[in-house]
Amino acid sequence: MLRRTFLATTVALTALAAAPAFAQDDEPLKVGFIYVGPVGDGGWTYQHDQGRLALEEEYGDRIETTYIESVPEGADAERAITQLALAGNDIIFTTSFGFMDATIAVAEKFPDIKFEHATGYKRAENVATYDARFYEGRAVMGTIAGMMTESNTIGYIGSFPIPEVIQGINSSFIHARKVNPDVEMKVVWAYSWFDPAKEADAAAALLAEGVDVILQHTDSTAPLAKAQEAGAIGFGQASDMSAFKPSPRVSSIIDNWAPYYIERVGQVMDGTWESKGTWAGIAGGEVEIGEITEAVPDEVREAALAMKDSIASGEYHPFTGPLNKADGSEWLAEGETASDEELSQMNFYVEGIDAEIPQ
Amino acid sequence: MIDLTVLVVMILSAATPLLFAALGELIVERSGVLNLGVEGMMIAGALAGFAAADATGNPLLGFAVAALGGAALSLIFGVLTQFLLTNHVATGLALTLFGLGLTALFGKPYEGVKAPSMAMGPFGLHWIAWAGIVAVPLIWWFLNRSRAGLILRGVGENHHAAHALGHKVRLVRLAAISFGGAMAGIGGAYISIATVLQWTEGMTAGAGWIALALVVFSGWRAFGVLAGAWLFGGVTVSQLRMQAAGIDVPVQLLAMAPYIATIVALVVISARRKGSAAPGSLGKIFHATS
Repeated sequence: MLRRTFLATTVALTALAAAPAFAQDDEPLKVGFIYVGPVGDGGWTYQHDQGRLALEEEYGDRIETTYIESVPEGADAERAITQLALAGNDIIFTTSFGFMDATIAVAEKFPDIKFEHATGYKRAENVATYDARFYEGRAVMGTIAGMMTESNTIGYIGSFPIPEVIQGINSSFIHARKVNPDVEMKVVWAYSWFDPAKEADAAAALLAEGVDVILQHTDSTAPLAKAQEAGAIGFGQASDMSAFKPSPRVSSIIDNWAPYYIERVGQVMDGTWESKGTWAGIAGGEVEIGEITEAVPDEVREAALAMKDSIASGEYHPFTGPLNKADGSEWLAEGETASDEELSQMNFYVEGIDAEIPQ
Repeated sequence: MIDLTVLVVMILSAATPLLFAALGELIVERSGVLNLGVEGMMIAGALAGFAAADATGNPLLGFAVAALGGAALSLIFGVLTQFLLTNHVATGLALTLFGLGLTALFGKPYEGVKAPSMAMGPFGLHWIAWAGIVAVPLIWWFLNRSRAGLILRGVGENHHAAHALGHKVRLVRLAAISFGGAMAGIGGAYISIATVLQWTEGMTAGAGWIALALVVFSGWRAFGVLAGAWLFGGVTVSQLRMQAAGIDVPVQLLAMAPYIATIVALVVISARRKGSAAPGSLGKIFHATS
């Protein structure tokens, strides 16, 4: 009974999905998005949705966008992606690392639909991946953090111990220590991308440990609210979080997905889309540094902007040797830079971070 | 080194939303009603309270509105179950879904808004958190020493007998349901106004379900609820605190700890007690036959 209904629905929807292929160009291209958080998270998902809105602005009636928000990473993701596929979307963006396997699984069943997975590494003929070099922005934040801390202790709220997050922790720490050799870093794992109550508790735990600068790789503004209560500072994550200006939010890393979305959807329209992996950073405009507020002294601002410029020009790579791993073994020799492949599999802390990565 | 005072304050604060919601549900269940809508009422309180605090700039007024909001939502459940005789479990679940959906809709304008700051009580713990602790002995006294409490328990144990004695079963239960809603509302508002200081969709993140478990865990006793809330809040906070302090314990184990602690405690309690301590008429539909 249920199966029959499902099959009937599938057939009907597939027919609908196939329809635009036969019709002429007057049918709008359908673009679907899967979000891990609510559009109003003020961080990661908010920025992806800004990208979606930029798409609508760019292409107007020629496209039609849909999104499903707050999709949990796991079994539910596959269902949500399938739903968008059955609804006749021509291209589907799945915007969180944890959607990787679900995206691949659904893409196998729908070879005519194009998929784009954010921050993953698994590709297929109809699955492309895109990511941003957030660690470049974090080098700038780390510079500010190292110069601004008075207790010489900075805190970091991690989401999940995956390479992208570990890159961020290492990059922040390396550059904080570069400007302040006495700096120590404490790391708390929240095991969530978006859980305001837990992020607030994690921030409180760090503050109780004497931290006066909080860096975060989780998406809500809750850590900033806690930092404000305690007189500490923090940074906007993924989006500007300007409500907390000029302090506690002294700068931010902004993910700007709009140009990428516009480019890729354009390629679907003119038939030049193909699967590839994209990993742009500050130079490509995908990672932006939000305004450094007046709460930051001039010399710190100059140092931060100098860091940003040298990364943007390609003159400096945030992971340049000499660098050792936390266990003391040598990682990069003097002047050597880390390869992208190494970075995409990073699973160790650099020397000086006195903690273990949860395995 | 972990500063003990700071740690205790953090634990008490983390326990507060659970404590309010579970104390409210304790009264509801003691009157023989099973309201699984706690999560929905908490999130409604979180939004109503935040909106009121934002509009007036007065967080305490926010809590008052949160209580009203939670109570109003719970009265929908009350009318459905007590007058239209719908199933408690299904109606409660529907209330949770309704609350989550409703707040997602009406909460949009409040996303990204900062809550007004709130005066702290002694030891840097908010007054509302202190009020939650004070509520425990009051509720114990009400249930065990007051005449009204005796009637409430009577209604919960055997509604037909209570009805035969001339007690207004539906009225007592409606009062209990709205009290439960008000308490859940305050618990939810504590998250949005005092802990996270902002509104986000779904921000209660399952606290209502934990509160429901705490009532069972407590054996339907007020001080048991307090112990459960502290235990759960304690393990949640301690694991983050230990991580921040760099104490070398597997993080996954720490993250699991609250749930393990709850299961262990439930097993110990159920092994110790003979039979169930649940009120006799819990979750049963009352229909006066005379």
